[in-house]
Amino acid sequence: MTRAGGFIVAAAALTLPLWLASAYHVHVAIMAAIFGVLALSLNLLLGFTGQLSLGHAAFFGIGAYTSALLTLKTEWPFWPALAAAVALAGAAGWLIGRLALKLRGAYFVLVTISFAGVISLVSVNWIELTNGPLGLPGVPAPELFGWSLRSKTAYYYLVLAALALSYLVCARLVRSRIGRAFVALRENEALAESIGVDVTHYLVLATVVSAAIAGLGGSLYAHYTRFVSPEVFLFSYTVTMVIMVVAGGKGTLAGPLVGAVLFTVLPETLRAAASWQWQMLAYGVLLVLLVFFLPRGIVPALQALRGRGAS
Amino acid sequence: MEQLLQHLVNGLVLGGTYALLGIGLTLIFGLMNVVNFAHGEFYTLGAYVAFAGLALAGVNFFVALLMAIAAGAVLGWLCEVTLLRPLRGESIDTTMLVMIGLWIAMQNGELLIWSGVAKSIPHPFPTAPLVLGPVAIAPLRLFVLLLAAALIAASWLLIQKTKLGRAMRATFQDRDTAALMGVGIGRIHAATFAFGSGLAAAAGALLGPVFLAYPSMGDLASLKAFSVVILGGLGNLPGATIGGLLLGIVEELGAGYISSGYRDAVGFVIIILVLLFRPSGLFARQERIA
Repeated sequence: MTRAGGFIVAAAALTLPLWLASAYHVHVAIMAAIFGVLALSLNLLLGFTGQLSLGHAAFFGIGAYTSALLTLKTEWPFWPALAAAVALAGAAGWLIGRLALKLRGAYFVLVTISFAGVISLVSVNWIELTNGPLGLPGVPAPELFGWSLRSKTAYYYLVLAALALSYLVCARLVRSRIGRAFVALRENEALAESIGVDVTHYLVLATVVSAAIAGLGGSLYAHYTRFVSPEVFLFSYTVTMVIMVVAGGKGTLAGPLVGAVLFTVLPETLRAAASWQWQMLAYGVLLVLLVFFLPRGIVPALQALRGRGAS
Repeated sequence: MEQLLQHLVNGLVLGGTYALLGIGLTLIFGLMNVVNFAHGEFYTLGAYVAFAGLALAGVNFFVALLMAIAAGAVLGWLCEVTLLRPLRGESIDTTMLVMIGLWIAMQNGELLIWSGVAKSIPHPFPTAPLVLGPVAIAPLRLFVLLLAAALIAASWLLIQKTKLGRAMRATFQDRDTAALMGVGIGRIHAATFAFGSGLAAAAGALLGPVFLAYPSMGDLASLKAFSVVILGGLGNLPGATIGGLLLGIVEELGAGYISSGYRDAVGFVIIILVLLFRPSGLFARQERIA
């Protein structure tokens, strides 16, 4: 993205609540930003190291539960709970990264799915801690210097800040030596290893950062909806993240954001016309169509178009 | 002791159908190198076809089972020809995304057709259990076990004794040489996918009446099939059979002696542990098909 383009996007994002007509629209913007955080997180693994995590809802859910439990049961304030959510999700990512050290492709996918399955069963069955399927209501709204961020507009700025932070972390990471190591792992692992790139080390690192960012999204989600239940582990969250990344353009920085906005706004506008099942059905079909007709995603396709126009 | 025997018998019934699921998946995964996340949806399909046959059309149980297998095989063949054939030669990740798309689309299609309410599938067997010494088994469960065993035997015969089976084994061992020897790889792929999907549908039609039919039943079925494949080794038919029975028994024992809430965690834990310590499976010296 050019500097001017980035400026326009930032300005639009910052003034967005002024343009939006109703609280409902701000709600959609908040959800888009939370999913933006999640899509950026998944993209770090899928887009840059080439490893698909189908257990990303686990990191999201761990973040949500950590933050909710700490503020509800130990009455921690929001900010340290948020930090703990990021840390614990990151630790879970480290565990998965270590476990899956030598596993690639399909086997990496299976380990991540299995991990999410176990965590989800724990959230249902460990009733003393998680209150089981009934979930945890009454998660408090965050405060900042004594100001409650209960209003939708205030919360929008909170998630926007988190999104900007996640974007900067990802951008900084992938443009560094580490990011080049990620891409080397994706493109040709044997070659990368032969020239001295410690592949497993970088894969663990990518998993940790990705999981921590997903945990950030989970915490923000918990304190926004004020309710956490085992539904945070639903596979449809992971599917939504995958669609956002694949449609937007995996391995680009702007792609997941475009995907997140598109696939939050589109279902909301279609909600009156089509039920949730129809939307999920459409997601499935869309994923197939994307692989066939737009395998690299929207952002790379647009870039290719612009490149052709300029030359 | 009696309790243990009872758990073993229940585990065998579950394990027989897990073996069917696993054999189907291990063939598709091993031979076509396709990570078929839609496998469990063919299981769901089988259960709903059985429901339609038994509850709505009122046909005989065997007819309903055959209908389920046929529906699974035909739809599997269609999916291979339309979705996978154009992508042959693409990376395993590409076809995996397509299969994830198919999974979501099929599951929500089933949700739209049948609604989310679980359906109980009627069956003609008496509900009073047969008491055989220390164990009691419902006639339906015994029947399911016997039919699963028959289908597993039929799969073995097909792979070992028929010309198609020989072509499948050849393709698995060395695709290029098999193609040079006149094996039509496209035809073998379509047949493998249809065969595997038919077996998954059979498993659904068999287990559906034991439990209930509901749209998301395929999710766990897929994961169990994957744990069976990983236990038994890729493309390993005896491995998948033993792996399936083992998974069924371990699940049943875990649910009986540890906690029924964590029954489904057994498959997940198996996936993680086997991939960590014996990535080529418990039984295989090397990956093979036969």
